[in-house]
Amino acid sequence: MEGIGILLPGPAGFPAWRAEARRLLAAEIPPEQVEWRIAGEGFGLFGTAPPPAAGGEAAPRVPRRFVALAEVAIRHRDPSRFALLYRLLWRLAQGEPALLEVPTDPDVLRLEAMAKSVGRDAHKLHAFLRFRPVALPGGGEHHIAWFEPEHHILEAEAGFFVRRFAGLRWSILTPAASAHWDGESLRMGPGATRRDAPPEDAGDALWRSYYAAVFNPARLKPAAMRAEMPMRYWRNLPEAQEIPRLMAEAPRRVAEMVARGATPPAPRRQRVAVQPAPASDVAAAMDSDDPRTALAALARELAGRNDLPPWSAAATQMVFGEGSPGAPLLFVGEQPGDEEDIAGRPFVGPAGRLFNRALDEAGIPRDRSYVTNAVKHFKFTPTGRRRLHQSPDAGDIAYYRPFLQREIALVGPQLVVSLGATALRALTGRPLAINKTRGEVIRTEAGLPLLPTVHPSYLLRLPDPAAKEREYARFVADLRAAHREVA
Amino acid sequence: MALKRKLGILADAAKYDASCASSGTERRDSRGGGLGSTEGMGICHAYAPDGRCISLLKVLLTNACVFDCAYCINRASSNVRRARFTVEELVALTLDFYRRNMIEGLFLSSGIIRSPDYTMEQIVRVARLLREEHGFRGYIHLKTIPDADPVLLEEAGRWADRLSINIELPRDESLRALAPEKDAPGIRRAMAAMRLRIDAAREARRAERRAPAPRFAPAGQSTQMIVGADGADDAQVLGTSTLLYAGYGLRRVYYSAYSPIPDASRLLPPAPPPLVREHRLYQADWLLRFYGFELAEILAGGQGGMLELGIDPKLAWALKHRERFPVDLDRAPREALLRVPGLGKKTVDRLLSARRHAAIRAADLARLRLPLRTILPFVVTSDHRPRGGVLDRADLRARVAPDTGFTAAPRQLALF
Repeated sequence: MEGIGILLPGPAGFPAWRAEARRLLAAEIPPEQVEWRIAGEGFGLFGTAPPPAAGGEAAPRVPRRFVALAEVAIRHRDPSRFALLYRLLWRLAQGEPALLEVPTDPDVLRLEAMAKSVGRDAHKLHAFLRFRPVALPGGGEHHIAWFEPEHHILEAEAGFFVRRFAGLRWSILTPAASAHWDGESLRMGPGATRRDAPPEDAGDALWRSYYAAVFNPARLKPAAMRAEMPMRYWRNLPEAQEIPRLMAEAPRRVAEMVARGATPPAPRRQRVAVQPAPASDVAAAMDSDDPRTALAALARELAGRNDLPPWSAAATQMVFGEGSPGAPLLFVGEQPGDEEDIAGRPFVGPAGRLFNRALDEAGIPRDRSYVTNAVKHFKFTPTGRRRLHQSPDAGDIAYYRPFLQREIALVGPQLVVSLGATALRALTGRPLAINKTRGEVIRTEAGLPLLPTVHPSYLLRLPDPAAKEREYARFVADLRAAHREVA
Repeated sequence: MALKRKLGILADAAKYDASCASSGTERRDSRGGGLGSTEGMGICHAYAPDGRCISLLKVLLTNACVFDCAYCINRASSNVRRARFTVEELVALTLDFYRRNMIEGLFLSSGIIRSPDYTMEQIVRVARLLREEHGFRGYIHLKTIPDADPVLLEEAGRWADRLSINIELPRDESLRALAPEKDAPGIRRAMAAMRLRIDAAREARRAERRAPAPRFAPAGQSTQMIVGADGADDAQVLGTSTLLYAGYGLRRVYYSAYSPIPDASRLLPPAPPPLVREHRLYQADWLLRFYGFELAEILAGGQGGMLELGIDPKLAWALKHRERFPVDLDRAPREALLRVPGLGKKTVDRLLSARRHAAIRAADLARLRLPLRTILPFVVTSDHRPRGGVLDRADLRARVAPDTGFTAAPRQLALF
């Protein structure tokens, strides 16, 4: 059986390979009969039969991923890459359409390994290529780099440097090809030698001193360095010349630091930081006639306590009540949630937004009400990337109660509205059921009129849309009732 | 002082910050003018012999500092040589290194001089000059100072891709003891404020594609925790990072083994850095975020709040939960496969894809170049079943533990 010779115009041209492959496939020529060569490299002893004539080139249907992988893998320097790609194409077209989903198939493994190796080489080109500026006679600079890639990647990767350095004039020289950008268009040229690129300069020296300074001798891990920056790249990296010295000196530098131990403080210390302003006199502020000042002092007092529940240390901040003293309506919720904890303000999260909507519908201006929580820190369990709300227990409620009572006294509302069971318990001192007390005006422990209703987060949790609708309407009705009480 | 000398001092002063990431920001390039590009993936332009990536020009504006943090080489009472870049010097240096393709951009931090506001203003000025005067499209990471004016923070987020504030130590009380001028709750509040702005900007980008959104740190925020400078155990370290990830949406928490510094404080005499511990913390961090492990489970693999140093935390967990194995590679759900020692996320996805077409065989695992010695005792395939009782053997650990490279004494110089 005679082999068929296919001559490709260049080492990494995907369109040319694809055109030939389609033709071969249409003529149903199996992979083992095809010999692939690049122009200028000549054929072996076997393959001299002419390729099939043009025509009948219906494009076979292949997974998009095959094209993506093949376009990259074809840049690999392995001479067998064309044959591998055609073999895969053949198998895909001849009854194995899901071939690429079998990552353990030897051909698929090889394809993926080739694409990965090319991708890595491209990444190293982006990373380890170094330009050196050369002054041009007519002014301006020409940036020139010398690089030795492992695969045929220069043409495909030149775009990266165009995007990055579109405003510069630059050339990249490699043994097999060169790329030149004049600020407007890209031109590919022949290969070059290292001597065609400029020698090390003052900028490299500066970079070498940076490289040496960022190295921490106490963390010597040369294997990790070599894994990412293999030695074959070192000859073109100016900083790599520092490596032997840095490694040789490292053990001594560390031993000296450890042996020297602590050093006495500098005799001429840096200027001392500005001391924080002394805290204002809390006691005086509490007695203030201005309820705003007194509320602020109460907030500071609570935040500064050293007997707060231990879990509260995980919260970002205390979230105190908000609104105008003298507001006729005061709403008490359960505790700040995730968003309230971040913002440091009550009722700004999902439940807060629903609450605002309901207030609006009930005709209650929020800026003329006072909103606060029974518990003033966010209690939660961290899981993965979220903080899961945890209900406060009876002890938590009891801890914050005296502060809530003083807060209410300072605001002096005509009616308190409790949102949910925690607030109701904090205000009455008893575990009452909302459904039994809802909609009627009862009394807080301190004797203030109190109207219990549900917490807006309860409405958010209802899974059934109809129930949600109905409960929301009831909630708005409760708020209207509260509004009427103080009208 | 010569620029080269300054660069030496101010790079040395910045190197204890582990972060050098340049990934995860918006895509942009210079075809419409300006200089530089970011294409999503970070690029490491060099690696130092400490194995760390060099992606950004990581320097301090000045290493003069009025704070006296015991773990820091730049603390007020240190005898270290002080230097300061002018804003223009630093801008020119960044642009020169960038044009030579040595860096992806700038990571700028500073000692606190005069006041937090003054210092932050200087940092922001460098970023503003780079972006506005020079059309710099590369990556910028700015360290933010918690006490600085929110207006400056707002502007920092406009120019920077990433912002960070270091939590520094795992426990609030350690920070009080070792960094008296710093304030842990204040740091958390600042992180919360950043999360608010980052979320708002992301939300706006998503909502209206046509109108330019208020830009704010598209690559998010990160932080660093020093490990081994205080008495915190791994439970406390990981507990703190869990809080930070969940609460403030951090992209990364960097763990930095406390490293001896040339001019150590009396509070923290120099000792070799706990590098293995740092490595295990990173592995645990990964398991928490991407493998569905709960903190308590990971800690159960170790003892007394500390992770095992000799083996990775997933293997340590598996050895203590042998009743959950062997796992059938052809039938087990994804979550169970993720818990098999030696199987990473990518491998699990490839196995899931492969098993839809043919049963998995032990030879397939070898072809995927997986650590068979670690994996095989924990899995069942169509042609493999762990030998009877192997999971109950007392020496299972020794049989499956991979060579970590940490067990042998380092003989790095011999490799040359």
